[in-house]
Amino acid sequence: MTAVGTAAPAEARSATMAQALRRAMRDAMAEDQSVHVLGEDVGTLGGVFRITDGLAAEFGDARCTDTPLAEAGILGAAVGMAMYGLRPVVEMQFDAFAYPSFEQLISHVAKMRNRTRGAMPLPITVRVPYGGGIGGVEHHSDSSEAYYMATPGLHVVTPATVEDAYGLLRASIASDDPVVFLEPKRLYWSKAAWSPDEPAAVAPIGRAVVRRRGSGATLITYGPSVPVCLEAAEAAREEGWDLEVIDLRSLVPFDDETVTASVRRTGRAVVVHESTGFGGPGGEIAARITERCFHQLEAPVLRVAGFDIPYPPPMLERHHLPGVDRVLDAVARLQWETES
Amino acid sequence: MKKSSTSVQEPPAAAAYRPTPPPAWRPRTDPAPLLPDPEPYRAIGTDAAADADPALLLRLYTELVRGRRYNTQATALTKQGRLAVYPSSTGQEACEVAAALVLRERDWLFPSYRDTLACVVRGLDPVQALTLLRGDWHSGYDPREHRVAPLSTPLATQLPHAVGLAHAARLKGDDVVALALVGDGGTSEGDFHEALNFAAVWRAPVVFLVQNNGFAISVPLAKQSAAPSLAHKAVGYGMPGRLVDGNDALAVHTVLAEAMARARRGDGPTLVEAVTYRVDAHTNADDATRYRDAAEVETWRAHDPVRLLERELLARGVLDEAGVARAAEAAETMAARLRDRMNAEPALDPMEIFAHIWAEPTPQLREQAAQLRAELEAEASPDGGAGAGEGSGEAR
Ligand SMILES: Cc1ncc(C[n+]2csc(CCOP(=O)(O)OP(=O)(O)O)c2C)c(N)n1
Repeated sequence: MTAVGTAAPAEARSATMAQALRRAMRDAMAEDQSVHVLGEDVGTLGGVFRITDGLAAEFGDARCTDTPLAEAGILGAAVGMAMYGLRPVVEMQFDAFAYPSFEQLISHVAKMRNRTRGAMPLPITVRVPYGGGIGGVEHHSDSSEAYYMATPGLHVVTPATVEDAYGLLRASIASDDPVVFLEPKRLYWSKAAWSPDEPAAVAPIGRAVVRRRGSGATLITYGPSVPVCLEAAEAAREEGWDLEVIDLRSLVPFDDETVTASVRRTGRAVVVHESTGFGGPGGEIAARITERCFHQLEAPVLRVAGFDIPYPPPMLERHHLPGVDRVLDAVARLQWETES
Repeated sequence: MKKSSTSVQEPPAAAAYRPTPPPAWRPRTDPAPLLPDPEPYRAIGTDAAADADPALLLRLYTELVRGRRYNTQATALTKQGRLAVYPSSTGQEACEVAAALVLRERDWLFPSYRDTLACVVRGLDPVQALTLLRGDWHSGYDPREHRVAPLSTPLATQLPHAVGLAHAARLKGDDVVALALVGDGGTSEGDFHEALNFAAVWRAPVVFLVQNNGFAISVPLAKQSAAPSLAHKAVGYGMPGRLVDGNDALAVHTVLAEAMARARRGDGPTLVEAVTYRVDAHTNADDATRYRDAAEVETWRAHDPVRLLERELLARGVLDEAGVARAAEAAETMAARLRDRMNAEPALDPMEIFAHIWAEPTPQLREQAAQLRAELEAEASPDGGAGAGEGSGEAR
């Protein structure tokens, strides 16, 4: 897996996203007694991805709790715990296994602040490993962000770098509002030149970052597609295209400001994500760009997304996932107006 | 094959084959103590009523009378358009009242949409308790103030909340019990199962009260569940199930008090099924004659929770005719006051729809709030002057 982040990692100073997430929970639990981790297999096993490894040993199983196998129950119990002043961090084992908890998420988690006129916010973080590219069988590779984005009251964030994994998870746990924290599972083992012992910053929710400066076109992306777009931008240099890459980091709230400023400058935009194109986040983002940058646009906003199919079987997933070539094809199509 | 006692090829006789038992991976518990009694527990007309604290009996009675009047008044308010909808608990008042009165101040109540009366008896302002049903907001009160969760409309979804809260309270070392209310139909939902399972595994101090009023809208219990009783469901989770006459206020109070005490002792949750009847239709908008006959309703009217306790108290001399009149009078006063207050137009601030969604409104929400504010201003003064939309609720 390609490293996300800055310079080539020195072995001694290199951390994975998984380690960064674990440290975020560890630090939050150490600082605040009310932070509790719960989910399936999060205790003794440390989660199927080992993200919670060591938390039960350090904080006890009352703070890091193996629950019965019931997603609605886990999230529903977290609601009650949050009502009583705890800060539950819930782990859903895989994207597609979070679906039984949607009723709790949508009808209660997202709405409690609203129905109680602000009297009872629910500081719940729901961690969901999402997306494909790990050779998982059916139900282990869904990109479910559009479902979450469509629900007012939830924050939806997704890190693409090791540093953001730490910073955004700390911010999510500290947030008084519920956060759906989407973990791009194929970046779990991506590394950065950062040691879990070094100080790390909390990343603000709601702010995109420009990962690469460029002037020819803007690639707008997030989560697992960020490394793809950075690689595409490097490859595009040979074609003489200078691409800007924006990592949204936060889908809700959406950072119109950063996106608009960039596209007004470059005049061209491609939205890249794994989730389906039809009804997917890219449609919303493209519409927002069109509404704000219509006069600066030199070409229609394009989308490079997963196909509109149920996530394909693992031996076929590479045909579904938007890769560097599809991104470059889209960038080529953006040049239509100036070339014709 | 030649029969020979020395032959090594001879297969062992079938009866001699004894597989080693699998290792025991859990102890077996005896289900018998968890099983509900075959008949619902009754207190009225028994020694239990004779031994009961007269102050409790009178309190139950007064609240039943007020509760009945509250239900008829709220239903009347739907006819005048003052309430969008009202799911009456007429016939079920004993459950509602006992549920509220069994709680100590520090305990929590998790009601469903039918349980406004329990909330009011718990001490909530009736107008605030009716906010959801009036339609001015989704909940009218701060849950922490009276330790009452918002009325839950999606069935059974409040049950895991009760478990989580009770669990959290115990983790913090607080002596708090959560009482969660659900209907017979709600017991079919997955959340019911998940909540009971969590509660039993965590030994959470929580009590589940099923008000089995015979119907889930039009569907009778026989089409809802094939269980011997809804209380029997407890056994599979490893908690006691208790069956009680839901029209006998003293009995419901007694059974719930025992369950609460059990939870407080750290012995875990209890499932209580109160057998009662929904005398009114599902809501004011429902036509109950389509799915049940009048004779059935009449049988249950003969077992009315208010009259049941009233007769008992009169017979025992705990109450006299003057006391009956006083209770009725107090109920009338409550109803008149409720009517007056509900007749006042609620003060609504349209801009508040943008408040309370996130701690900080998103930039998108601010834009939308600005749009509505402009629309309101234009509405208030077509020539462009300022006016409406300066409410406090706007997305901050
Ligand atoms: C999850 C869910 N499904 C459907 C409904 C619509 N609904 C409202 S009340 C009701 C019947 C509930 O019956 P029961 O649980 O027995 O409670 P009761 O109304 O008798 O108090 C239904 C189906 C709902 N509120 N929630």
